[in-house]
Amino acid sequence: MVIYGVALLAACTLVGALLGDMLGVALGIDANVGGVGIAMVLLIAIRLVLIRQGLLKEGVTFGIAFWGALYIPIVVAMAATQNVVGAMKAGPMVAIAAVCTVAACFGVVALLGRLGGPVETMDEMDARQRREGLPPITGPAG
Amino acid sequence: MLTAFALVGLVMGLSAVASRYLTFGRIHGSAIAVLAGLMLAWLGGTMTGGTHGLADIPMLSGIGIMGGAMLRDFGIVATAFEVDMAKAKAAGLYGALGLLIGLVLPFTIGVLVAAAYGYTDAISLTTIGAGAITYIVGPVTGAALGANSEVMAIAIAIGVLKAILVMAGTPFLAKVMKLDNSRSAMVFGGLMATTSGVSGGLAATDRRLIPYGALTATFSTGLGCLFGPSVLFLIVRAITGE
Repeated sequence: MVIYGVALLAACTLVGALLGDMLGVALGIDANVGGVGIAMVLLIAIRLVLIRQGLLKEGVTFGIAFWGALYIPIVVAMAATQNVVGAMKAGPMVAIAAVCTVAACFGVVALLGRLGGPVETMDEMDARQRREGLPPITGPAG
Repeated sequence: MLTAFALVGLVMGLSAVASRYLTFGRIHGSAIAVLAGLMLAWLGGTMTGGTHGLADIPMLSGIGIMGGAMLRDFGIVATAFEVDMAKAKAAGLYGALGLLIGLVLPFTIGVLVAAAYGYTDAISLTTIGAGAITYIVGPVTGAALGANSEVMAIAIAIGVLKAILVMAGTPFLAKVMKLDNSRSAMVFGGLMATTSGVSGGLAATDRRLIPYGALTATFSTGLGCLFGPSVLFLIVRAITGE
Protein backbone atom coordinates (compact mmCIF):
# COMPACT_ATOMS: atom_id res chain seq x y z
CA MET A 1 0.00 0.00 0.00
CA VAL A 2 1.36 3.36 -1.09
CA ILE A 3 -0.09 5.11 1.95
CA TYR A 4 2.08 2.96 4.25
CA GLY A 5 5.17 4.45 2.61
CA VAL A 6 3.84 8.01 2.89
CA ALA A 7 2.78 7.39 6.50
CA LEU A 8 6.19 5.96 7.37
CA LEU A 9 7.88 8.98 5.82
CA ALA A 10 5.59 11.39 7.69
CA ALA A 11 6.15 9.54 10.98
CA CYS A 12 9.95 9.66 10.56
CA THR A 13 9.86 13.38 9.70
CA LEU A 14 7.63 14.16 12.71
CA VAL A 15 9.68 12.08 15.17
CA GLY A 16 12.87 13.69 13.84
CA ALA A 17 11.41 17.20 14.23
CA LEU A 18 10.26 16.37 17.77
CA LEU A 19 13.63 14.94 18.81
CA GLY A 20 15.41 17.91 17.17
CA ASP A 21 13.24 20.36 19.14
CA MET A 22 13.85 18.44 22.36
CA LEU A 23 17.59 18.44 21.70
CA GLY A 24 17.37 22.22 21.19
CA VAL A 25 15.56 22.69 24.51
CA ALA A 26 18.05 20.41 26.28
CA LEU A 27 20.93 22.49 24.91
CA GLY A 28 19.16 25.72 25.82
CA ILE A 29 18.86 27.12 22.28
CA ASP A 30 15.79 28.30 20.44
CA ALA A 31 16.21 26.11 17.36
CA ASN A 32 15.68 22.64 16.01
CA VAL A 33 18.98 20.77 16.21
CA GLY A 34 19.41 18.32 13.35
CA GLY A 35 15.76 17.23 13.26
CA VAL A 36 15.84 16.43 9.55
CA GLY A 37 19.13 14.58 9.94
CA ILE A 38 17.69 12.45 12.75
CA ALA A 39 14.64 11.69 10.60
CA MET A 40 16.89 10.63 7.72
CA VAL A 41 18.93 8.27 9.91
CA LEU A 42 15.66 6.85 11.28
CA LEU A 43 14.31 6.19 7.78
CA ILE A 44 17.59 4.60 6.67
CA ALA A 45 17.48 2.27 9.70
CA ILE A 46 13.81 1.32 9.15
CA ARG A 47 14.52 0.61 5.48
CA LEU A 48 17.25 -1.87 6.46
CA VAL A 49 14.93 -3.58 8.96
CA LEU A 50 12.12 -3.81 6.37
CA ILE A 51 14.48 -5.33 3.78
CA ARG A 52 15.68 -7.90 6.30
CA GLN A 53 12.10 -8.85 7.25
CA GLY A 54 11.04 -8.95 3.60
CA LEU A 55 8.40 -6.32 4.26
CA LEU A 56 9.67 -3.71 1.81
CA LYS A 57 6.84 -3.98 -0.73
CA GLU A 58 6.73 -2.02 -3.95
CA GLY A 59 3.91 0.22 -2.72
CA VAL A 60 5.83 1.29 0.38
CA THR A 61 8.89 2.15 -1.70
CA PHE A 62 6.75 4.08 -4.19
CA GLY A 63 5.10 6.13 -1.44
CA ILE A 64 8.52 7.35 -0.34
CA ALA A 65 10.32 7.49 -3.69
CA PHE A 66 7.52 9.70 -5.07
CA TRP A 67 8.31 12.45 -2.56
CA GLY A 68 12.03 12.03 -3.13
CA ALA A 69 11.44 12.53 -6.84
CA LEU A 70 9.33 15.65 -6.18
CA TYR A 71 12.25 17.15 -4.34
CA ILE A 72 13.70 19.13 -7.24
CA PRO A 73 10.37 20.83 -8.07
CA ILE A 74 10.05 21.67 -4.36
CA VAL A 75 13.52 23.25 -4.49
CA VAL A 76 12.53 25.27 -7.55
CA ALA A 77 9.46 26.53 -5.65
CA MET A 78 11.72 27.33 -2.71
CA ALA A 79 14.05 29.32 -4.96
CA ALA A 80 11.04 31.25 -6.27
CA THR A 81 10.12 32.36 -2.73
CA GLN A 82 13.53 33.72 -1.66
CA ASN A 83 13.87 37.41 -0.86
CA VAL A 84 16.12 38.03 -3.88
CA VAL A 85 15.22 41.73 -4.11
CA GLY A 86 16.12 42.32 -0.47
CA ALA A 87 19.41 40.44 -0.76
CA MET A 88 20.40 42.40 -3.87
CA LYS A 89 19.60 45.81 -2.40
CA ALA A 90 21.31 45.31 0.93
CA GLY A 91 24.55 47.01 0.00
CA PRO A 92 28.17 46.16 -0.69
CA MET A 93 29.02 44.82 2.78
CA VAL A 94 26.44 42.04 2.45
CA ALA A 95 27.62 41.21 -1.06
CA ILE A 96 31.30 41.15 -0.08
CA ALA A 97 30.70 38.96 2.98
CA ALA A 98 28.50 36.49 1.09
CA VAL A 99 30.70 36.25 -2.01
CA CYS A 100 33.92 35.81 0.00
CA THR A 101 32.31 33.17 2.22
CA VAL A 102 30.92 31.14 -0.66
CA ALA A 103 34.17 31.40 -2.66
CA ALA A 104 36.26 30.28 0.33
CA CYS A 105 33.92 27.36 1.07
CA PHE A 106 33.90 26.21 -2.56
CA GLY A 107 37.71 26.31 -2.44
CA VAL A 108 37.90 24.18 0.71
CA VAL A 109 35.49 21.59 -0.75
CA ALA A 110 37.73 21.34 -3.83
CA LEU A 111 40.78 20.96 -1.58
CA LEU A 112 39.25 18.29 0.70
CA GLY A 113 37.99 16.38 -2.33
CA ARG A 114 41.58 16.05 -3.56
CA LEU A 115 43.13 15.22 -0.20
CA GLY A 116 41.43 11.96 0.61
CA GLY A 117 42.34 9.82 -2.39
CA PRO A 118 39.95 8.49 -5.01
CA VAL A 119 36.37 7.62 -4.11
CA GLU A 120 33.78 5.73 -6.10
CA THR A 121 31.72 8.28 -8.02
CA MET A 122 27.94 8.04 -8.21
CA ASP A 123 28.19 6.84 -11.83
CA GLU A 124 30.61 4.07 -10.82
CA MET A 125 28.41 3.16 -7.88
CA ASP A 126 25.37 2.70 -10.13
CA ALA A 127 27.47 0.77 -12.67
CA ARG A 128 28.68 -1.61 -9.93
CA GLN A 129 25.12 -2.15 -8.73
CA ARG A 130 24.08 -3.04 -12.28
CA ARG A 131 27.03 -5.44 -12.70
CA GLU A 132 26.06 -7.21 -9.51
CA GLY A 133 22.54 -7.54 -10.83
CA LEU A 134 21.08 -5.26 -8.19
CA PRO A 135 18.80 -2.34 -8.97
CA PRO A 136 20.62 1.00 -8.75
CA ILE A 137 20.46 2.50 -5.28
CA THR A 138 19.65 5.87 -6.69
CA GLY A 139 17.13 7.26 -9.10
CA PRO A 140 18.02 8.65 -12.51
CA ALA A 141 20.59 11.40 -12.57
CA GLY A 142 18.05 14.01 -13.75
CA MET B 1 -1.12 24.84 -4.35
CA LEU B 2 -2.36 23.27 -7.59
CA THR B 3 -1.42 26.45 -9.44
CA ALA B 4 2.03 26.05 -7.91
CA PHE B 5 2.39 22.46 -9.17
CA ALA B 6 1.34 23.52 -12.67
CA LEU B 7 3.61 26.58 -12.70
CA VAL B 8 6.68 24.71 -11.39
CA GLY B 9 6.01 21.93 -13.90
CA LEU B 10 5.92 24.51 -16.67
CA VAL B 11 9.16 26.16 -15.47
CA MET B 12 10.90 22.77 -15.30
CA GLY B 13 9.64 21.78 -18.73
CA LEU B 14 10.83 25.02 -20.31
CA SER B 15 14.16 24.65 -18.49
CA ALA B 16 14.64 21.14 -19.84
CA VAL B 17 13.99 22.43 -23.37
CA ALA B 18 16.36 25.37 -22.84
CA SER B 19 19.01 22.99 -21.51
CA ARG B 20 18.77 20.76 -24.58
CA TYR B 21 18.57 23.37 -27.33
CA LEU B 22 20.28 26.49 -25.93
CA THR B 23 23.16 24.89 -24.02
CA PHE B 24 23.18 21.49 -25.83
CA GLY B 25 22.87 19.69 -22.52
CA ARG B 26 25.95 21.32 -21.02
CA ILE B 27 23.96 23.08 -18.31
CA HIS B 28 21.58 20.82 -16.42
CA GLY B 29 17.85 21.51 -16.78
CA SER B 30 17.48 21.56 -12.98
CA ALA B 31 20.17 24.25 -12.73
CA ILE B 32 18.30 26.43 -15.20
CA ALA B 33 15.04 25.76 -13.33
CA VAL B 34 16.56 26.86 -10.00
CA LEU B 35 17.96 30.00 -11.63
CA ALA B 36 14.58 30.66 -13.26
CA GLY B 37 13.01 30.25 -9.81
CA LEU B 38 15.36 32.88 -8.39
CA MET B 39 14.56 35.23 -11.27
CA LEU B 40 10.83 34.73 -10.72
CA ALA B 41 11.42 35.49 -7.02
CA TRP B 42 13.09 38.75 -8.04
CA LEU B 43 10.17 39.53 -10.35
CA GLY B 44 7.64 38.78 -7.61
CA GLY B 45 9.53 40.86 -5.09
CA THR B 46 9.80 43.81 -7.48
CA MET B 47 6.12 43.66 -8.40
CA THR B 48 4.73 43.42 -4.86
CA GLY B 49 7.48 44.88 -2.69
CA GLY B 50 7.14 41.83 -0.44
CA THR B 51 9.84 39.55 0.95
CA HIS B 52 8.59 36.13 -0.20
CA GLY B 53 9.31 36.38 -3.91
CA LEU B 54 6.62 34.93 -6.13
CA ALA B 55 4.53 33.80 -3.14
CA ASP B 56 3.56 37.44 -2.45
CA ILE B 57 1.39 37.45 -5.55
CA PRO B 58 -1.96 36.31 -4.10
CA MET B 59 -2.79 33.98 -7.01
CA LEU B 60 0.56 32.22 -6.57
CA SER B 61 0.61 31.98 -2.76
CA GLY B 62 0.53 28.17 -3.11
CA ILE B 63 4.13 28.27 -4.19
CA GLY B 64 4.97 29.37 -0.66
CA ILE B 65 3.48 26.12 0.67
CA MET B 66 5.17 24.02 -1.99
CA GLY B 67 8.56 25.63 -1.34
CA GLY B 68 8.03 26.01 2.40
CA ALA B 69 9.94 24.33 5.20
CA MET B 70 7.40 21.51 5.72
CA LEU B 71 7.46 20.05 2.21
CA ARG B 72 11.17 20.81 1.88
CA ASP B 73 11.99 18.71 4.97
CA PHE B 74 9.52 16.00 3.90
CA GLY B 75 11.27 15.78 0.53
CA ILE B 76 14.78 15.73 2.01
CA VAL B 77 13.88 12.91 4.42
CA ALA B 78 12.41 10.94 1.49
CA THR B 79 15.74 11.15 -0.35
CA ALA B 80 17.34 9.31 2.61
CA PHE B 81 15.76 6.17 1.16
CA GLU B 82 18.50 6.29 -1.48
CA VAL B 83 21.41 6.54 0.96
CA ASP B 84 24.01 3.78 0.90
CA MET B 85 24.76 3.58 4.64
CA ALA B 86 28.26 2.13 4.15
CA LYS B 87 29.17 5.14 1.99
CA ALA B 88 27.79 7.59 4.53
CA LYS B 89 29.74 5.92 7.34
CA ALA B 90 32.99 5.87 5.36
CA ALA B 91 32.63 9.61 4.74
CA GLY B 92 31.67 10.37 8.35
CA LEU B 93 35.02 11.82 9.36
CA TYR B 94 35.20 14.06 6.30
CA GLY B 95 31.62 15.15 6.90
CA ALA B 96 32.46 16.12 10.49
CA LEU B 97 35.56 18.00 9.34
CA GLY B 98 33.41 19.82 6.77
CA LEU B 99 30.89 20.75 9.48
CA LEU B 100 33.60 22.25 11.67
CA ILE B 101 35.26 24.26 8.90
CA GLY B 102 31.76 25.24 7.70
CA LEU B 103 31.18 27.00 11.03
CA VAL B 104 34.57 28.59 11.60
CA LEU B 105 35.51 29.75 8.09
CA PRO B 106 32.31 31.68 7.16
CA PHE B 107 32.12 33.11 10.66
CA THR B 108 35.68 34.42 10.50
CA ILE B 109 35.13 35.99 7.08
CA GLY B 110 31.86 37.56 8.23
CA VAL B 111 33.51 39.04 11.32
CA LEU B 112 36.46 40.38 9.30
CA VAL B 113 34.20 42.04 6.72
CA ALA B 114 32.07 43.56 9.49
CA ALA B 115 35.22 44.84 11.19
CA ALA B 116 36.40 46.34 7.90
CA TYR B 117 33.08 48.21 7.69
CA GLY B 118 33.65 49.76 11.09
CA TYR B 119 31.82 47.49 13.51
CA THR B 120 33.80 47.14 16.73
CA ASP B 121 31.42 45.69 19.33
CA ALA B 122 31.50 41.93 19.93
CA ILE B 123 27.70 41.53 19.67
CA SER B 124 27.42 43.05 16.18
CA LEU B 125 30.56 41.29 14.94
CA THR B 126 29.33 37.90 16.20
CA THR B 127 25.84 38.38 14.76
CA ILE B 128 27.13 39.34 11.30
CA GLY B 129 29.66 36.51 11.40
CA ALA B 130 26.86 34.08 12.34
CA GLY B 131 24.82 35.37 9.40
CA ALA B 132 27.62 34.20 7.11
CA ILE B 133 26.96 30.64 8.40
CA THR B 134 23.24 30.60 7.54
CA TYR B 135 20.31 33.04 7.57
CA ILE B 136 18.86 31.13 10.55
CA VAL B 137 22.04 31.11 12.65
CA GLY B 138 22.44 34.91 12.19
CA PRO B 139 19.14 36.05 13.71
CA VAL B 140 19.09 33.29 16.37
CA THR B 141 22.54 34.38 17.53
CA GLY B 142 21.64 38.07 17.29
CA ALA B 143 18.45 37.56 19.31
CA ALA B 144 20.33 35.60 21.98
CA LEU B 145 22.96 38.33 22.29
CA GLY B 146 20.58 41.30 21.98
CA ALA B 147 21.89 42.72 18.71
CA ASN B 148 20.08 45.70 17.16
CA SER B 149 17.67 45.20 14.28
CA GLU B 150 19.89 46.78 11.63
CA VAL B 151 22.66 44.29 12.40
CA MET B 152 20.11 41.43 12.40
CA ALA B 153 18.84 42.51 8.98
CA ILE B 154 22.41 42.56 7.64
CA ALA B 155 23.08 39.08 9.09
CA ILE B 156 19.92 37.69 7.48
CA ALA B 157 20.73 39.34 4.14
CA ILE B 158 24.24 37.82 4.10
CA GLY B 159 22.79 34.38 4.85
CA VAL B 160 20.09 34.68 2.16
CA LEU B 161 22.59 35.87 -0.44
CA LYS B 162 24.91 33.01 0.52
CA ALA B 163 22.09 30.49 0.01
CA ILE B 164 21.27 32.02 -3.38
CA LEU B 165 24.92 32.03 -4.48
CA VAL B 166 25.37 28.39 -3.44
CA MET B 167 22.18 27.39 -5.29
CA ALA B 168 23.21 29.20 -8.44
CA GLY B 169 26.96 28.53 -8.36
CA THR B 170 27.19 24.85 -7.43
CA PRO B 171 26.26 23.28 -10.80
CA PHE B 172 28.86 25.43 -12.57
CA LEU B 173 31.67 24.65 -10.12
CA ALA B 174 30.76 21.01 -9.44
CA LYS B 175 33.52 19.65 -11.69
CA VAL B 176 36.20 21.81 -10.05
CA MET B 177 35.03 20.67 -6.61
CA LYS B 178 34.98 17.01 -7.73
CA LEU B 179 31.36 16.94 -6.63
CA ASP B 180 30.61 13.53 -8.17
CA ASN B 181 30.71 11.19 -5.17
CA SER B 182 28.97 10.69 -1.86
CA ARG B 183 31.98 11.75 0.22
CA SER B 184 32.54 15.13 -1.40
CA ALA B 185 28.76 15.71 -1.24
CA MET B 186 28.87 15.18 2.54
CA VAL B 187 31.85 17.52 2.91
CA PHE B 188 30.06 20.05 0.70
CA GLY B 189 26.86 19.85 2.80
CA GLY B 190 28.66 20.49 6.06
CA LEU B 191 30.84 23.23 4.65
CA MET B 192 28.13 25.22 2.92
CA ALA B 193 25.86 24.80 5.95
CA THR B 194 22.81 26.41 4.32
CA THR B 195 20.29 23.59 3.84
CA SER B 196 18.37 25.42 1.13
CA GLY B 197 21.55 26.39 -0.72
CA VAL B 198 23.00 22.88 -0.49
CA SER B 199 19.82 21.10 -1.53
CA GLY B 200 19.19 23.56 -4.36
CA GLY B 201 22.77 23.39 -5.58
CA LEU B 202 22.95 19.59 -5.47
CA ALA B 203 19.53 19.21 -7.07
CA ALA B 204 20.82 21.27 -9.96
CA THR B 205 24.02 19.19 -10.18
CA ASP B 206 23.05 15.55 -9.66
CA ARG B 207 20.00 14.57 -7.64
CA ARG B 208 21.70 11.37 -6.45
CA LEU B 209 23.99 13.53 -4.29
CA ILE B 210 21.17 15.32 -2.43
CA PRO B 211 20.72 12.91 0.51
CA TYR B 212 24.44 12.86 1.33
CA GLY B 213 24.78 16.64 1.28
CA ALA B 214 21.52 17.18 3.14
CA LEU B 215 22.51 14.69 5.84
CA THR B 216 25.40 16.91 6.98
CA ALA B 217 23.89 20.30 6.09
CA THR B 218 20.90 19.78 8.37
CA PHE B 219 23.25 19.57 11.34
CA SER B 220 25.12 22.80 10.54
CA THR B 221 22.30 25.18 11.39
CA GLY B 222 21.75 23.47 14.75
CA LEU B 223 25.46 23.50 15.52
CA GLY B 224 25.73 27.14 14.45
CA CYS B 225 22.84 28.16 16.72
CA LEU B 226 24.59 26.30 19.51
CA PHE B 227 28.10 27.72 19.04
CA GLY B 228 27.24 31.22 17.73
CA PRO B 229 25.96 32.86 20.92
CA SER B 230 28.35 30.85 23.13
CA VAL B 231 31.85 29.78 22.05
CA LEU B 232 32.16 32.02 18.98
CA PHE B 233 30.83 35.08 20.86
CA LEU B 234 33.25 34.50 23.75
CA ILE B 235 36.18 34.25 21.34
CA VAL B 236 35.19 37.48 19.56
CA ARG B 237 34.69 39.26 22.89
CA ALA B 238 38.08 38.08 24.11
CA ILE B 239 39.65 39.63 21.00
CA THR B 240 37.70 42.93 20.97
CA GLY B 241 37.86 43.26 24.75
CA GLU B 242 34.31 44.71 24.99
